[in-house]
Amino acid sequence: MEAKEQVATATAGYTNGAAMNGYHDSPSAKPVREPLVLGNKTIHQITEDICGIAEQKATPKFWAALLASMLVAGAGIGALTYTIAVGIGVWGLNNTIGWGWDITNFVFWVGIGHAGTLISAVLFLFRQKWRTAINRSAEAMTIFAVINAAVFVLTHTGRPWLDYWLLPYPNQMKMWVNFRSPLEWDVFAVSTYFTISLLFWFTGLVPDLASLRNRAKSKIAKAGYTVFSLGWTGSTRNWHHYEFAYMIFAGLSTPLVLSVHSIVSFDFAVSILPGWHTTIFPPYFVAGAIFSGFAMVLTLMLVAREILDLHEYITLKHIDNMNKIILATGMIVGYAYAMEFFIAWYSGNPYERFVFINRATGDYAWSYWMMMTCNVFSPQFFWSARLRRNVWFTFVLSIVVNIGMWFERFTIISTSLHHGYLPSSWHYYTPTWVEITIFVGTFGLFMVFFLLFAKYLPIIALGEIKSIMPGAQPSHHHHDDHAHDEHSGEVTAKAHH
Amino acid sequence: MEATIGNVIAVMGDFKNPDKVTAAAKGIHGAGYTKFDIYTPYPVHGLEKAMGMPKTSLPKFALAGGLFGLSSAFALQYWTGGIEYKLNIGGKPLFAPQFGVPVFFELMVLCTGLTVFFTMFGYLNRLPNWHSKYQYDAGFQAATDDNFCVVLEAEDPRFTVETAQALLSKLGADNVRVVRETLEQD
Repeated sequence: MEAKEQVATATAGYTNGAAMNGYHDSPSAKPVREPLVLGNKTIHQITEDICGIAEQKATPKFWAALLASMLVAGAGIGALTYTIAVGIGVWGLNNTIGWGWDITNFVFWVGIGHAGTLISAVLFLFRQKWRTAINRSAEAMTIFAVINAAVFVLTHTGRPWLDYWLLPYPNQMKMWVNFRSPLEWDVFAVSTYFTISLLFWFTGLVPDLASLRNRAKSKIAKAGYTVFSLGWTGSTRNWHHYEFAYMIFAGLSTPLVLSVHSIVSFDFAVSILPGWHTTIFPPYFVAGAIFSGFAMVLTLMLVAREILDLHEYITLKHIDNMNKIILATGMIVGYAYAMEFFIAWYSGNPYERFVFINRATGDYAWSYWMMMTCNVFSPQFFWSARLRRNVWFTFVLSIVVNIGMWFERFTIISTSLHHGYLPSSWHYYTPTWVEITIFVGTFGLFMVFFLLFAKYLPIIALGEIKSIMPGAQPSHHHHDDHAHDEHSGEVTAKAHH
Repeated sequence: MEATIGNVIAVMGDFKNPDKVTAAAKGIHGAGYTKFDIYTPYPVHGLEKAMGMPKTSLPKFALAGGLFGLSSAFALQYWTGGIEYKLNIGGKPLFAPQFGVPVFFELMVLCTGLTVFFTMFGYLNRLPNWHSKYQYDAGFQAATDDNFCVVLEAEDPRFTVETAQALLSKLGADNVRVVRETLEQD
């Protein structure tokens, strides 16, 4: 099963096996399918290219970008400190609308993270080799996004210094947490998600850090990479266990990523509030999360591709593939919006109907149509192969999609809350400068983390991309190995059980 | 750091081709060597089999970790909600497996992941281990770049410098070399 797939992909780029030498390409071989890495690179060149990024001296541009991000993050931290010192009364929330930008931003950031796990785990299990160019940075993005999500969810409790009450632990009050509440499920889901993502990411990094360690010139770099590479040598006796662990992580993360946003959606769906109480929420939230996450990966990777000159690694093929996923998940999201409306009508429940008509025509109609335009209409451009491969268009659209996904969460939260059963308590919500500053600040924090990651860690998964290069794997000849013809030892499609 | 030279610890040889290194692994295993290893920049598929390695025991640990997580999640929710702190919330049952599912699942995944991580690195691979006796060999270091470095360890009962060198040369290794212990003097 796997053998077939491996052989098929290894040979895929070439019309015949003879070209797949890996070290020098025969000029006669014409690619049928685009190769994943351009420029006929040798394994050594890949090490040079990727480690070179971490080894070059940080440019003034880098420091300027880092400083700017730190200032933005600093403003956010300031507003956060103000919130904690004074209380969440400094936010624009009121009695009717108890969740505003805080939970909107929480769901937004958690959702962003999902693309990282999808790329690292789901695409791994489906043997999508193109993931190797982007999985490392997407996983990093996941971790940073979940940190940002935690900022909101931990402060919205009002007294964040008591957040440990969320955990079940024996205490002098003899109280335990309420496991019947989806908010408690969220505590477990998000913390598990963060931990597993971090372990998965770090596991992937270890061999690459060893590559950097063995090349490091400065003492500080050497010490840092030595400690974190754990003394990895590349021993086959280690790779053997390592690969299995990697597969288990992928197998764990795949249902995990589906569970996390499902559980986030339970925060809404398990309540009995019209507009929230819908069974479509879990799949709809997961699709939306992947949709926004891929958009964020594209935004970041298109910038990194230009600045770090990764054109040969992140090719138009990668951008094309990601845009297809954006189109597909965008359609699922659009379907979910339509189905929600249909069910609101079909349910015959007047409150349900009211909420949805109010959503599209009421006080927050601007937010609803913003969401519809960005999430449902704009991805339709990606039916065009030319636009999917247009870098600038993709960049702009990836930002549009994330604006749309932010508005989706805002629409769901505020339209469902602001007009409850009692018209006397109807209200409107606008954020204060404090909430806006915290949100903007999280982007700064995100960029600080991402810049440091891009500068000091291998931004492309070295070991993984090397392993999928043509010629990188041995050419075994199994009975099911029909995908390539018999050749000398230099020919390298691979088989493996 | 100065270094002086000590006893022979290994004979090493380099390969650049995944097919040849796999054939070499078979050859070394076939010759009866047990204390040898091949250092590669990325996992070369089938190499562990050619070296005669048994299947990894990691799945057993993973299963144990998962079962531990699942049963702790069950015990935690059952005992805290159903026995120790009986709190009526909206008439909902004190414990029911249905509402326990999210936490069952999350704790199971968490415990499996932590078990796999620590078992794989710490127990099966004996890491962190920041010193390798081969670390001064350039070919060995290049195994994190693009070299397949075959190491026949002197600790192997069959090991003699001459036979090891002859075997590696016969299998087509480049740069067959005798590696001696490096004694560090700080």
